[in-house]
Amino acid sequence: MKTKNILLVGVGGQGIILASKIISNTLINAGYDVKMSEVHGMAQRGGAVTTQVRFGDKVHSPIIGKGEADILVAFEKMEAERWLEYLKPDGLAVVNDYEIYSAPILSGKKNYPENIAEDLSEKVKLVMFNASEIAENLGNIKAQNIVITGAMAKNLQLENLDWKSSIEAFVKPKFVELNIDAFNAGLKKSFE
Amino acid sequence: MKQLLTGNEAAARGAYEAGVSVASAYPGTPSTEILEELSRYKEVYSEWAPNEKVAMEVAIGASIGGARSLSAMKHVGMNVAADPMFTFAYLGVNGGCVLITADDPGLHSSQNEQDNRYYALHAKIPLIEPSDSQETKDFIKEAYEISEKYDVPIIFRMTTRICHSKSMVEFSERNEIGIKPYTRNISKFLATPASCRRHHVELEKKLTELEEYSNNTFLNREEFHSDEIGIITSGVSYNYAKEIFQENASYLKLGFTYPIPREKIRKFASKMKKLYVIEENDPYLETQIKAMGIEVIGKDKIPITGELNPDIIAYSLLGKENNTIAMNNEMIVERPPTLCSGCPHRGFFYEMSKLKDVVITGDIGCYTLGSAEPLNAMDTVICMGAGISAAHGFAKAFEKSGRKTKIFGVVGDSTFFHSGITSLIDIVYNGSNVTTVILDNRITGMTGHQENPGTGYTLMGEAAPILDIVKIVEAIGIKHVKVINPNELDQVKNSIKWAESLDEPSVIVTRWPCALKRFSSEDREEFDLSVKKFYVDTEICRKCSLCTKSGCPSISFSKENGASIDKNTCIGCSVCAQICPFKAIKGLEVN
Repeated sequence: MKTKNILLVGVGGQGIILASKIISNTLINAGYDVKMSEVHGMAQRGGAVTTQVRFGDKVHSPIIGKGEADILVAFEKMEAERWLEYLKPDGLAVVNDYEIYSAPILSGKKNYPENIAEDLSEKVKLVMFNASEIAENLGNIKAQNIVITGAMAKNLQLENLDWKSSIEAFVKPKFVELNIDAFNAGLKKSFE
Repeated sequence: MKQLLTGNEAAARGAYEAGVSVASAYPGTPSTEILEELSRYKEVYSEWAPNEKVAMEVAIGASIGGARSLSAMKHVGMNVAADPMFTFAYLGVNGGCVLITADDPGLHSSQNEQDNRYYALHAKIPLIEPSDSQETKDFIKEAYEISEKYDVPIIFRMTTRICHSKSMVEFSERNEIGIKPYTRNISKFLATPASCRRHHVELEKKLTELEEYSNNTFLNREEFHSDEIGIITSGVSYNYAKEIFQENASYLKLGFTYPIPREKIRKFASKMKKLYVIEENDPYLETQIKAMGIEVIGKDKIPITGELNPDIIAYSLLGKENNTIAMNNEMIVERPPTLCSGCPHRGFFYEMSKLKDVVITGDIGCYTLGSAEPLNAMDTVICMGAGISAAHGFAKAFEKSGRKTKIFGVVGDSTFFHSGITSLIDIVYNGSNVTTVILDNRITGMTGHQENPGTGYTLMGEAAPILDIVKIVEAIGIKHVKVINPNELDQVKNSIKWAESLDEPSVIVTRWPCALKRFSSEDREEFDLSVKKFYVDTEICRKCSLCTKSGCPSISFSKENGASIDKNTCIGCSVCAQICPFKAIKGLEVN
């Protein structure tokens, strides 16, 4: 098969790295060759965070360039706009309908952009919903990353892989049930 | 067993399997996790040294003492460690020794993007460059074999994308090699002019033998597909090249890149109609290959600056560009990193931001963000330690010009231990009226919370003596020292005024633990770390927006609704409440 590229974007603290680990682990257990790349360092201090997961028969580069992601998974909606160039023109975006204000917005110097949903839906196949709210209703906003992971799995037709084992492997025992519920909630969010 | 590992985890695994018994490093992105991972293997003694030079000297001593040893550092750390490294190349090893440099093309988290492959060429130390995690593990093990066989240390060059990318790695058992016997051998290990004249001659001979090795090792391999295009490449660039050219080109994939395998390169080149050299950063391979009289296409097409990726290669060599979705810049507001909610540096920089005529020489750490909006409280950042020494230089320049501006040199606790102490000695010895501010947040913050000589713990989790910064400062000869709580703005203000009134060098230590730190029992004893949540009383708020001048990411502001505080992220440092002139910000105890 042709290598598939998942680009995950968001803000430090949203659980992107953990989601990437769970995705990578699941893909490996399914027999794919996998490479995952992440950016560390200053990104932890409230900046934008990205990781890339590539899988297929044989993956060479750990990173992709512009116009190459099959799916853009945005944990924060303005971040979807920031990384849009990296999505294939016929690619799909799974976007958390959730806003985290950056410094210029917090201080009132700039406004959070309006109409992101409209702008995105004009340009790409879009699955947008509030994963943070779903996670909060399930008991903990921190599970938002797994809700989004569920939606990603559904929309990449990977829902039948063994996600449960990976969640069990990477999540503390007392949070496993919550995260499996979170994953299943995400599975319901598919394009069309 | 196979596992998905980062390059850093694979480096640690490789060192473990190779039988390494001593490792020393100073944290630095993207190298930090190598030692953190290695410290999990109890067969290996692993430590955080105060700086890279010390770490490398520890590795060198351990090697001479008979252990397989390792030192790891970020690229700029190798500058700090260069002094012992150049001479060690002459002396050679007893136990094998590998020196890992983690370069940062693209400056993800660094102040430059220097290409440390030139250190190999310059110091005459063999160089290895892996392309993924499996190679990282395998090549490290081979590095120890070469090191001992040829009696040389090895520079092992990784880059951010090798360090922080994950790929599958097959595990093996540890080679429990033990410690080699040591007997005094001053003609080998005591660097004098007489012995080193001889050592240099021997080293040149070793390098000739190593070139022979380079021509024959499995680290340098040819992948033949066609004679139309030949690609000579190394490190992560190999994967990028492979991604673009697949099997439409042949590859000379180099893992051992000093000395370069000239014979192998010549043979490969003679078969190809067209030759590319694809490498990140500088034309390290290209320059040497061109010096052999071989025509290649490289940096005249591929950028010398920034990080490479497959796209850049496709565009620069083939003119190919992917279709992309149109960006709408109105939909994007920048998201710069900021000091965290509750960061103890905030109170200090907030007060500094109000000073008019002042010079603040900063340093490397989270507190570099004191330079960012809205604090804007920094003039310079250069390297570890320069926060103090550059302040001294400023003072001497201003003495000449007669300018009276007050100068503050700002460093963190770990940076002070790293290379601030000698700088402070200079200030005392050569007398400049500089105020040095040591932002002691009880941890090495920026790289993700590593222990340091001031925290009371070692890398391996053992209790350690806590170095007393005030005693060190006083012992150096500073007569005026104040320790303050940076979350108390009155204390910050008063200490700044106090420092401005002195005509001798002074030190302010701001002491409060990093908001993200896992607190030690000592922290809990010393500091009141109970969490408060602050909120804005909207009845009182006059919408003046002064609280946003703190740059706290928990505070948001709009003209319609005034200020509000995110209760999820506020940890109750109270700085905003002290800033508010109307006392509209109030705290609630949280259990």
